[in-house]
Parts: sequence; structure tokens; C-alpha cells
Amino acid sequence: MASLQMAALLSAPSTPVPSDRVRLGALRLSASSSSTARNGGALVVRSEAKVSGGGASARGLSLITHAVAEKAAAASSADSKPGHELLLFEALREGLDEEMERDPTVCVMGEDVGHYGGSYKVTKGLATKYGDLRVLDTPIAENSFTGMGIGSAMTGLRPVVEGMNMGFLLLAYNQISNNCGMLHYTSGGQFKIPIVIRGPGGVGRQLGAEHSQRLESYFQSIPGLQMVACSTPYNAKGLMKAAIRSENPVVLFEHVLLYNLKERIPDEEYVLSLEEAEMVRPGEHVTILTYSRMRYHVMQAAKTLVNKGYDPEVIDIRSLKPFDLYTIGNSIKKTHRVLIVEECMRTGGIGASLRSAIIDNFWDYLDAPILCLSSQDVPTPYAGTLENWTVVQPEQIVAAVEQLCK
Amino acid sequence: MAAFSAVKIPPPQFTTVRSSSQRPGSSPAHFAHSPSAFNSISFGSAKSVRSRPLFAVSSDVVSSDKTKPASSSASNPAVTREVALELYEDMVLGRAFEDMCAQMYYRGKMFGFVHLYNGQEAVSTGFIKLLNQSDKVVSTYRDHVHALSKGVPSREVMAELFGKATGCCRGQGGSMHMFSAAHNVLGGFAFIGEGIPVATGAAFSAKYHHEVLKQSKPEGLDVTLAFFGDGTCNNGQFFECLNMAQLWKLPIIFVVENNLWAIGMSHLRATSDPEIWKKGPAFGMPGVHVDGMDVLKVREVAQEAIARARRGEGPTLVECETYRFRGHSLADPDELRKPDEKAHYAARDPIIALKKYIIEHGLASESELKSIDKKIDDVVEDAVEFADSSPLPPRTQLLENVFADPKGFGIGPDGKYRCEDPLFTQGTAQV
Repeated sequence: MASLQMAALLSAPSTPVPSDRVRLGALRLSASSSSTARNGGALVVRSEAKVSGGGASARGLSLITHAVAEKAAAASSADSKPGHELLLFEALREGLDEEMERDPTVCVMGEDVGHYGGSYKVTKGLATKYGDLRVLDTPIAENSFTGMGIGSAMTGLRPVVEGMNMGFLLLAYNQISNNCGMLHYTSGGQFKIPIVIRGPGGVGRQLGAEHSQRLESYFQSIPGLQMVACSTPYNAKGLMKAAIRSENPVVLFEHVLLYNLKERIPDEEYVLSLEEAEMVRPGEHVTILTYSRMRYHVMQAAKTLVNKGYDPEVIDIRSLKPFDLYTIGNSIKKTHRVLIVEECMRTGGIGASLRSAIIDNFWDYLDAPILCLSSQDVPTPYAGTLENWTVVQPEQIVAAVEQLCK
Repeated sequence: MAAFSAVKIPPPQFTTVRSSSQRPGSSPAHFAHSPSAFNSISFGSAKSVRSRPLFAVSSDVVSSDKTKPASSSASNPAVTREVALELYEDMVLGRAFEDMCAQMYYRGKMFGFVHLYNGQEAVSTGFIKLLNQSDKVVSTYRDHVHALSKGVPSREVMAELFGKATGCCRGQGGSMHMFSAAHNVLGGFAFIGEGIPVATGAAFSAKYHHEVLKQSKPEGLDVTLAFFGDGTCNNGQFFECLNMAQLWKLPIIFVVENNLWAIGMSHLRATSDPEIWKKGPAFGMPGVHVDGMDVLKVREVAQEAIARARRGEGPTLVECETYRFRGHSLADPDELRKPDEKAHYAARDPIIALKKYIIEHGLASESELKSIDKKIDDVVEDAVEFADSSPLPPRTQLLENVFADPKGFGIGPDGKYRCEDPLFTQGTAQV
């Protein structure tokens, strides 16, 4: 159970708080057929997410000075704590390495993944360990090497295709939409495509418009595709492993600015559920749904909000397609107010889909219109000031919550 | 060699320069008897691109066999009786099946875009009949006959075309998406060029199984054939995959079915250098041009290319000069192609040519061939009856096969995976 508690601690505010604040309800080892991992050694974290409605209200309790997860347990010496500390890109690599060790059909394809170790070092050292064929340095031909990944997936391999920047995957859109998403269906179920397509995306630091694209919306309509976004070292490793083990094609969204996040993760093997959302901070007043980098802007805003007396519930939806309507629904049934904070564009983005899914399923539970903060419908400008105004900032989140809770 | 230069390829009416059997003075390697033709092609890095030898190889099995006295060609056929009959039957099946498709389409039994293969049978039969069960075939929308040659039962293909649940893809693919896991037919693709990377991936997989997973076979690597047309040869995916296949020496053969037309676009109007076989050596692999209306010539070239791939020597680009007797699809009025061109190729009907060859070489009698024709007619009739009497897919089938793992539909508001909801499996849940 130690690792489960660790998992709980890592997701919650880190400074000493009453233990009932950290309760995540019944975290249960799911050994049923719905668990992702059948391997006896792996731990599948599937939370029932029954957050206890009772317990002390958050209002007026101790000031939260560190709402961001990765600064957890900074003071204690590393030796006394279970688990090991690493950066997010290392967590991705660890997950990938473990899966490649476990299953020889898992391979990596992409530009500079081999000898260079990956543009963000996610595959560093893997080519030396597994060879040039298993960690394949491809020429610059995204459409074709993604298609090659699909062809190999149809014939027994489990490729992980890296887009050096997710924006480059636009060149592979033909293959991703037509073949990746479709072939299982058009073949009447004869061929499966257990491929993982991953890479860094999102708005970085003045990388310019083409390297700062938000592609979640472009892929989300493709039938047959699953999409997840990682945001912490813990969920990065767990989602990487889950994506590789999944029989479905999965797009794993990483964020350029999150690769150096540090966190302590369990030593034991664990695989997360691809379809589940993550409760970041339980609360009572408003449900804030977010993912990827915006999680951190939300948690920063949460500091301010708590000091102002609000109690936001923050959920990292993680699964961009499909949505975890159970976790989301339970939250809405409790708070009756929803704010969506996303980095995607306003038009046709994840927020837009989420809004309509919430209206379809939980309309009766809403006390206020669903607010959605998205990035601006502009190509990401180069200038720092303009770039900052492109994405949602914590002040806007605070203002939105205040408006919702009026 | 631009299409409009004077020293160029004349309009492909009767004398195509590209067909070496009609090009006097040229000396292609007769590789029916020089299997080292491929091996003798050198791609030494010291040579400049210009000096890289460009081989147009066309086996002259039937016409001018230089190493044997002319008089003995009639008594020394290139294939055995068994093989000849197998090839004949396969081509007749392809032709009869496609003719039946046309009939059924006009009778309202199949719909949408249907692209028929009439006239090109020599390419499919010539290549695919040399493959093992574990070799892979990747095709385009003109894929019915590739599937049949690879062994997919006519019943399954016809039922698929009728959109029935008993089709090879449960009615979900249709004419342009023929798949068979049992026979290793990896599609069936509607957009041209998009099957080539998939084929490259299948070849990569074969190499991976051999080198990483150490699952080697005594006969060598599993081979993948990628079929596509002349129009595709101007597409980026073609070039990207030629590069990667040669770079990693993948066991793949790129088979170009150059029928000179991409719907209404003549190959000469679309391509700066219409000689597609030359693009192989540009990437370091052999480029071969062959008369695609002659199944024995195609088979000869295929044998060599497949052997090369099995040995791990890498890919080959084979350009088959062929022709489709019908329009691009059943919806194509086919007004742009000139009657003389059509007549020229109709006179080179591959089935008639093989029949003539079989009879001249005494491999079988006229009546034996006729009984094969009759047998195939019965097979095709049976396929139609089967398809006709098969059920249409039910509503419950709609959401099946979207995901290999239906957990991908997500978790519903009640906390259960959507796919566990009985209404979902009945096809009536709201998604």
C-alpha cells in the first residue's frame, strides 16, 4: 500500500494538511477484467474516485504555499523516502525502457531517436542498449515513417513513433487519420494497430508559431484513435506504459515545457489507465478541468483562490479522448460549477468537446454556465508578451472562478 | 528525358520505346538466363550518379531467346504444364470476376467506386502466384484481383463488394479496402500512395522478425509486394519509401502497374521523366521494366526480385507496362483514351497470349482450357449466389471494430466502461 499512498501524496498539496484533505476515496487494485495490466507484477491504479463529501471544509485552513505537486517533500532527505526522483523526460524513458525490456516487439521510430537520443532525450541510451533496428533513426519523412509504423503494427510489432515536435505529425496526418484510425475498422477487425504516436507539443518559450502548435483538436475527431496527455513524471511513465500495452492506436501528448519537472515516483512497476482522469486537488466549490501544462497554471491560481477562500476541485483529465465522464461527472454533481482550462484553441478544441459532453450528460447538475478558458485562435506569436497573452494565465483562471462562484 | 523533347518517347500507340522487345539495337541483359543481372548492378559510392548503370531489363522469354536456337523454343516452354494451368486459371478468375462485378454494379448490387482490373491480370498473376502464404500483398483501390490471386475466396470478395456481413471485411471496407489476415492481404487503400508506407512497414517487420526476434525461416525473409500505378509515382510517399527501403535493405518489391492513365491524366502529361524504372537506380536499387501484358515475362522478373528480397539484398522497383481495358472506375466514361491505343493493347490481351502459348507448346489442349473457363464461371456464379443470400450487417455491428480494445470508448457517467453497457453492445447506446 505504500506506493498507493505515495501516489495519493504526489497528487495533493504537499505541505502538511489534515489527512482528510488527502483522502482520495477508495483506491482499489483493479484485478478485474477492466484492469489495464494483466501482468501480476504491475500495479494498475484505477481510482474509484469517491471523494468523501464530508470532512473539514477547506475554508480558512492553513495557507497553501506550495500547490504544485512536484515540490512535494523537498525538505526530507532522499534516502528515507521510498521511490526515486527523476525528471519527466527520464520518467518517459524509464517507461519506454521497461516496456522494451519486457516485450521485444516494442520498437521506436523517429528522427534522431537513436544515436542522438531524441531531441528531448526521451530515448537517450536506448539505441546503445537495444540496437539500431529497435530504435530506428528515420530520414525526414514523417508521413512515410508513420505509415511504416502502421504497417509494422499490423504485422506483429508495437512501434512507438516519435514526432520530433508534434507539429511535424501534421505531415503524417494522412497516415494517422486514414490508416491509423481506420484500418482496424475497414478490415473488419482483422488487423490491429497497437502503435503509440508521441512527441512534444504545446506552446513553449518563444519557439515561433510552427513549433508551438496545439494539435489536440486536430486529432480528436479521428475515429479509432485514443489520446492522452501526460503532465507529471508519475503519470508520464504510467501513461507511456499503458499506451504501449494498449491494442489501440494511442497519441500521447507531451509538453515542451514540462520535460524537466522533477518528482519522486515509485520503484515498483505501475501502469496507469488510459481512460481515467486524475484528481489533483479535491474541493467543494468549483470543478476545474484541465490537462498538460495548464494544470500548473491552474494549481498556481488555486494558491491564490484558496487564500481568497475558495475551494477549487482540480481534475487533470489526462484522457483527451475518450473523456472520463465518471470522475468528471462525480465532481460536477458535487460542485455544480465547471471551469475548463485548456491550452487548445478556442475553436473546436478539447474544451469545446468537453463542454458539449458535460451538457449532454450532466446538464441537470449545473448551477452556472460552463466556462471555458482556451488559448487564443492565433498562430503562436514569437514575441514573449504576445505569447503570454496567447495562452491562459493564472490571473484569468482566478477571475473566472470568482465569476463562476458569484 | 522530358516528355516533350524530340528525342523522346513517342505517344504510346504502337511503338513504345520503353518496351525493349521493340527497341532495336538496345541490349538489355537477357536476364532469363543471366540471373546475375541484378547482382552485376553496382552502386559503388565512388561512382557519380551519372555513371550509375541504368538497367532496363526485360526478359524476352517468348520472343527472342538468344541463348537457345530459335527452333527449340516451341519445345522448351518456360514453365511446366502445372504452372501454366495455374497461371491461366488465376488470370481467367481475375477477368471473370471483374466482368461479373461490372454486371452486378449495373444491376444495383454493388455501389460506390468500383475499379476493375481487366487487362492487367498478368501483373497480379505473374507476381502473386510466386508468393508464400506468409508473404504480404499491399494494393490500392484496384485490389479485387490482387486479393483473389493471393487466395482470398471469391465468395468473401464478392460478399464484401455487396456490403454483406460475410464479406472479408464484414462489409465495412468495400471495393477499395480488401483485407485478409489469413492470406496476408494488407489492403486495399483509397488514397493513392498511402499503402506504400504500410507495405514498407510490413517489410520492416519481416526484417525485424529475422534480426531482432531471431525468427528466421529456411526460405529467407518474408517478402512484401506493393502494387500501385503510374500516377502514384509522382507522389512523395513513393519516393520517401524507395529511400527507406533501400537504406535498410527491406524485403519489398515496388510493383508499378503503369497503365498510362491516372483517371483522365495521361502519364506523359503528368510526369517529367515518364520512365519510372529509372527512378529505382536513383535510390540505389535495381529498376526493371517489363512487358506487363505477358505473364511469363512478369513472372520471370518477379522470380528474380523475390529471390533478391528473400536473400536480404533489398528492394527492387519493377515497372510493368500494362493497360486497363475498362475505364478508371465504373463511373468513368473513359472518353480521353484513343480507340487505337485501346485496340493496340486489346490485341495484347494477356489471357489470350497465354492461351496461345500453352497450345503452341502443347502444355494443354483447347478443351482443357475451356473446362477451366467453365470451372471459373461456376466459381464466380457461386460467389454471386453466396453474396446475394448473405445477410446485411446488423445495427449492432456499427460500433464493433472501431477499437481493437473497446475500452477506448471510455468510461461512462456510471463508472463502468461504455463497452460493458449491454445497450452499447446491442448498438443502441448513445455515444
